[in-house]
Amino acid sequence: MDTTLSPTVDTTEHGHGPAKGLGRWFFTTNHKDIGTLYLWFSLLMFLTGGCMALMIRAELFQPGLQLVQPEFFNQMTTMHGLIMVFGAVMPAFVGLANWMIPIMVGAPDMALPRMNNWSFWILPFAFSLMLSTLFMEGGGPNFGWTFYAPLSTTYAPPSVTFFIFAIHMMGFSSIMGAINIIATILNMRAPGMTMMKLPLFVWTWLITAFLLIAVMPVLAGVVTMMLMDIHFGTSFFNAAGGGDPVLFQHVFWFFGHPEVYIMILPAFGIVSEIIPTFARKKLFGYASMVYATSSIALLSFLVWAHHMFTVGLPLAGELFFMYATMLIAVPTGVKVFNWVATMFHGSMTFETPMLFALAFVVLFTIGGFSGLMLAIAPADFQYHDTYFVVAHFHYVLVPGAIFSIMAGAYYWLPKWTGHMLNERLGKAHFWLSFIGVNVTFFPMHFLGLAGMPRRIPDYALQFADFNAVASVGAFIFGLSQLLFVYNIISCIRSGERATDQVWEGAHGLEWTLPSPAPYHTFSQPPVIK
Amino acid sequence: MIKRVWLLPWIGLFVSLPANAAWEVNITPGATAIAREVYDLHMIIFWICVAIGVVVFGVMLWSIIHHRKSRGAEARNFHENTAVEILWTLIPFVILIAMAIPATATLIKMYDSTDADIDIQVTGYQWKWRYQYLGQDIDFFSSLSTPREQINNEAAKGENYLLEVDNPLVLPVGKKVRFLFTAADVIHSWWVPDLAVKKDAIPGFINESWAIPEEPGIYRGQCTELCGRDHGFMPIVVEVKPQAEFDQWLADTRSAAQAQAAAATEEWTLEQLMERGEQVYNTSCAACHQASGQGIPGAFPALAGSPMVTTDIDAHINIVLHGKAGTAMQAFGAQLNAVDLAAVITYERNAWGNDTGDSVNPQRITELQQ
Repeated sequence: MDTTLSPTVDTTEHGHGPAKGLGRWFFTTNHKDIGTLYLWFSLLMFLTGGCMALMIRAELFQPGLQLVQPEFFNQMTTMHGLIMVFGAVMPAFVGLANWMIPIMVGAPDMALPRMNNWSFWILPFAFSLMLSTLFMEGGGPNFGWTFYAPLSTTYAPPSVTFFIFAIHMMGFSSIMGAINIIATILNMRAPGMTMMKLPLFVWTWLITAFLLIAVMPVLAGVVTMMLMDIHFGTSFFNAAGGGDPVLFQHVFWFFGHPEVYIMILPAFGIVSEIIPTFARKKLFGYASMVYATSSIALLSFLVWAHHMFTVGLPLAGELFFMYATMLIAVPTGVKVFNWVATMFHGSMTFETPMLFALAFVVLFTIGGFSGLMLAIAPADFQYHDTYFVVAHFHYVLVPGAIFSIMAGAYYWLPKWTGHMLNERLGKAHFWLSFIGVNVTFFPMHFLGLAGMPRRIPDYALQFADFNAVASVGAFIFGLSQLLFVYNIISCIRSGERATDQVWEGAHGLEWTLPSPAPYHTFSQPPVIK
Repeated sequence: MIKRVWLLPWIGLFVSLPANAAWEVNITPGATAIAREVYDLHMIIFWICVAIGVVVFGVMLWSIIHHRKSRGAEARNFHENTAVEILWTLIPFVILIAMAIPATATLIKMYDSTDADIDIQVTGYQWKWRYQYLGQDIDFFSSLSTPREQINNEAAKGENYLLEVDNPLVLPVGKKVRFLFTAADVIHSWWVPDLAVKKDAIPGFINESWAIPEEPGIYRGQCTELCGRDHGFMPIVVEVKPQAEFDQWLADTRSAAQAQAAAATEEWTLEQLMERGEQVYNTSCAACHQASGQGIPGAFPALAGSPMVTTDIDAHINIVLHGKAGTAMQAFGAQLNAVDLAAVITYERNAWGNDTGDSVNPQRITELQQ
């Protein structure tokens, strides 16, 4: 993209700097402050959900029940999933969107700043409510993050009502955030920034935001139906009253499948920003990246029942969902080929963000391969609800979504803080995470194929060795995140001054701003030629 | 050549390791024709993925090694090529069609459950399986037989730890068995890898599947849908026997059921009931209420000292027979026979210092059930 910066950076601030004290954070409408809040919140949730994962892995280190009882184990698996999906990955992407989208499209702020403040501040309340259920009589949600009825309705602990309310709040937050992002991208682009000049991170978020608006109401619908079944005598999911437990799964996965793309499309965007920078070469196939992302988003609405191959779908349904699911491999493949083609004949360097981005490409592709295997319905009967599935979705979510978030954080941290990060620490963090992730999740493929079901607190003896290996990997991965936290804090407080462009090969409006980015930017829109 | 070198570690992994059971890495070829087809399908797709991976990661690694700035690589200027982009959209599409054809053929076969020799209804309960051989007068429950001491690390774990049951499902070899799946409470899923059968058991609905086991043997599986506290303790054991042995088993099981019915008309002493009641309690009740009768606070009430088991005997019998709606307390009236019900109620009223001295006779249960 050819960009020139007209004198647009407002350095005088007109006396409108950040407010002093805590009020700055509670009442702020500044997209950068809100982005920061989202990112800190998500880091906190990532560590909380991570501790739960470590508790799970500690229990599974050996056969037999050692540390926790099965009902607490079930609460941990449920909470770990919910927190990572709704508390860590999604808010992290929204945080990156808040920080970067306005400055990538040359806008002074988000389109709806006051609502932006609300979208964030709902979240801490929603998660406090959800976490508080762990201390209620009967315990917290214990039915998996997919909370299938009737386990989550007729047989659930009383705290499920609080869980439903928390989900509603998270849904409000996501929808408001999505509306804001769409309005910002469509209405506040700098003159000359046509849609096909948008940075890919902005494109992927635009598509993600539409997915969010389409499916979060579906999630709200399904939890409301649960609430009605539990408290108001309806029978949506109760066969004895004329309902159908499988209806729950259809509605849930009509939300749930697009949701997994909500957790990966912005990652595609981040990686598509980082690889060209460190390959010093323009992204290969910009247009086909946009088309591929849109196709993935559209297909995501047509494949939900591949999560339900074993519920007894009719043959025609099984075939339709198998074919549609396999099709997703085509646009996803195009994206991977484009990234590799971007590296091909580039001039690559391997700073921390690039390392995470490269690991993303490789490990996400491995997750894609297992996804393709899972799509084949007859074989899926053997894989479904085993550790093979756990391995698959952790490969696309940990080295996929989370590595891309870390890559993005390392990539933009100098722009946010004005300091370069500690490269040695960053590399140490990368390698420990990379090794940890693979040692944790690769053996899970074997466990699943050998027959270990997921969500069990104890297992047969033939699964013992790989479980022990996976648990060791999980602790390596978990503990190495402390390096990440330390690196972020030290980058905020100290470190070499960052230049405006920060990275040698970086292009885009955000790199025309000073580092750190001023509190108010682009009060005069830049002109894009 | 480069391709071969890349394949070696994979081949090594998948050929050498299965020799050691503890490091099992692949799905089972299984014990039915369908299971073998699924296995072959799985291997074909796996190798296609490996081949694609070798090409993609190979190019990537090549670029990382040769197109790095530290080696003086200059970035070239190309950034699109419509022909290439169309080509690498079409090639994967063709590969997918090649995968879809055998997958469709296998799937169609798996859905053909017609002309079965035996129909067995499989019902999932929290946390055990019920097997009813339709039209054969055979109906029994199958639950985990691994002792709680092994699970709690108070005893050495047996060879089939968590994969053993008191009453296995017994099938004849070479016959087409049609399974009808349903559930009594929440959704369960019945999975035996060697039969390549995994189907959800859904309350209020019936699902079908089938298998023709080809070799006598013991095949083990587990419940694969999260179904509450003891989801991990709900194994499936299938014993495939030659036809003659299967017929013998049918006859033995029928006469055992008749003996059971006769036992319900006899008078039982308190000691006999207590002894049997303890066994029944440990298989059917201890998972929630604990072997010590202490329950789990907040989730499952204690029975030791509870007014439910020390005062009104009719209320006690009623809750054991009919369960408590909206809780995990099931209706055991349909799950246990009259003798076991009488025994377990007697046991609960006298164990853990409850010492009411009450004894419930099986005949009383039989009357209430009618």
